[in-house]
Amino acid sequence: MGALTNQRFLILAVLAVVIAVLPFVFPSSYYFRVASLVWVSALAAIGLNILMGQAGQVSLGHAAFFGIGAYAVAIGPAHLGIPPWAALLIGAALSAVLAYLVGRPILRLKGHYLAIATLGLGVLVALVISTESGWTGGPDGMPVERLILFGWRVSGSYTWYWVTGALLLVGTWIALNLDETPTGRAFRALHDSEVAAQVVGVDVARFKLQAFVIAAVYASIAGSALAFMNGFINPDQAGFLHSVELVTIVVLGGLGSIVGSIVGAAVLVTLPQALTIFHEYEHLMLGLIIIVSMIFMRNGIVPSVSGLFLRRARS
Amino acid sequence: MTILKATDIGISFGGVKAVDGVSFSVSPGQILSIIGPNGAGKTTLFNIVSGIYAANRGTIHLADEDVTGLAPHKLAARGLSRTFQNLQIFQRMTACENVMVGRHLREKCSLLPALFRTPSVTRQNRETRAAALDLLAYVGLKDVADVPAGSLPYGACKRLEIARSLAAEPRVLLLDEPAAGCNAVETEEIDHLIRQVADRGVAVVLVEHDMKLVMKISDRILVLERGRPLAEGTPREVRDDPKVLEAYLGQHGAREAARA
Repeated sequence: MGALTNQRFLILAVLAVVIAVLPFVFPSSYYFRVASLVWVSALAAIGLNILMGQAGQVSLGHAAFFGIGAYAVAIGPAHLGIPPWAALLIGAALSAVLAYLVGRPILRLKGHYLAIATLGLGVLVALVISTESGWTGGPDGMPVERLILFGWRVSGSYTWYWVTGALLLVGTWIALNLDETPTGRAFRALHDSEVAAQVVGVDVARFKLQAFVIAAVYASIAGSALAFMNGFINPDQAGFLHSVELVTIVVLGGLGSIVGSIVGAAVLVTLPQALTIFHEYEHLMLGLIIIVSMIFMRNGIVPSVSGLFLRRARS
Repeated sequence: MTILKATDIGISFGGVKAVDGVSFSVSPGQILSIIGPNGAGKTTLFNIVSGIYAANRGTIHLADEDVTGLAPHKLAARGLSRTFQNLQIFQRMTACENVMVGRHLREKCSLLPALFRTPSVTRQNRETRAAALDLLAYVGLKDVADVPAGSLPYGACKRLEIARSLAAEPRVLLLDEPAAGCNAVETEEIDHLIRQVADRGVAVVLVEHDMKLVMKISDRILVLERGRPLAEGTPREVRDDPKVLEAYLGQHGAREAARA
């Protein structure tokens, strides 16, 4: 127990130090922007990892909740006069309610069937966003008002670096908390054997739903943060490709590993930037790197590398 | 006093009557074994009693309450626990965590305190872990408490399942072939364990192929054949029953056994 608690603090401390130290080595504001994108993607991925890595339930439509969060902070202030910060909370609540209502019937499905059902949810939300152009600006997207917190106008890539970094720290802290509780254990138990979890009294349907709602809220808040940061939002953020990107981050970093989701986000967000030197072969290289790393690190980057170190340490 | 009572249970898969008109009851502290040739419907019966399958007919009473058709987790909350013939261990969790999951029903499990790790959550975690370690010591697995369950040997996994099912403090424990695939020493250990559990006042229902074990520890034995009850009685009565010999050995074998 002591060891686990220490590990939790160690992860948070390292993450805090990384967030604090990076600005000293960043040569331009462009780097702050890319890092903020990493923090936001990591936040969404951590939530999805609770659902996929811990509770073992796939979601191929997770960008839907990201989109709901993003459009909540765009539409709320512009059309309804809601303060931006309240729009973020309303977006998270809407995502939670939608996840709850949709999750109840579809989480009875397993494996591929669940994947298709969640994919359907994602497509549906993306479709609504791109067709209701009176509210959402349609495929062209819409501008997002600046976030104002207690009279402080949150803007600029430097400021957003710290805000998203703090959000990621809180998100990581909560996810690590959850892992070592009856709820976290129930998630992992139903992942390994649903039937065994049931016979020791775990209400499997209830816990799957909880994981789905938690993941939706994470994605929604991440979506809101991105919308505020960019000052503009378009339907791609809610689209299928973004859902796939989130799943890729989780699997690449390591299913079930919270740190893995952060590393996965860092790789998947920064790699395309680094690969621009390959010009038209950029996407080819990206795909190739993902394939190769999945072949050699089947459990994802973080579990594979830490496993390697543990074996070295033992021998 | 009866704690678990199954009456006239029947289930069909397609045209096959897997279980057909089986009844049994068991009292606290008693060990009832269910035996029969392969395909007799023993595991199917277990799956019905523990709520995994819904029976086509029949009723199940747990402590005088009709629990027919209740979901497994609700049966667990009423004091019914079980193990599985094919291991159902939480492979990626440690041995200790496996047993901690077994304490699920004894724990408060609200989401918000869990997300923010209130002191009560930490305290409860400590208590649950202590209880789990006690149980691991009880089944002789304390040394491997923090080893991932997936890397434990087969016999240890069998005992881990028993520890996990005991963690819920059940009133009725269904054990599906706890000694299958175990060597003589491991079987002996499991034999002791089951006896101890029953002596604590738990009603044990056992499905097992190891006849030495069954004859030694059972208070009563129910014999099934092709889903139907064939005989019921004390180990001695069942052993001497010509119908049972016939079911296991065939007519010729039964004549040989009778002559021997």
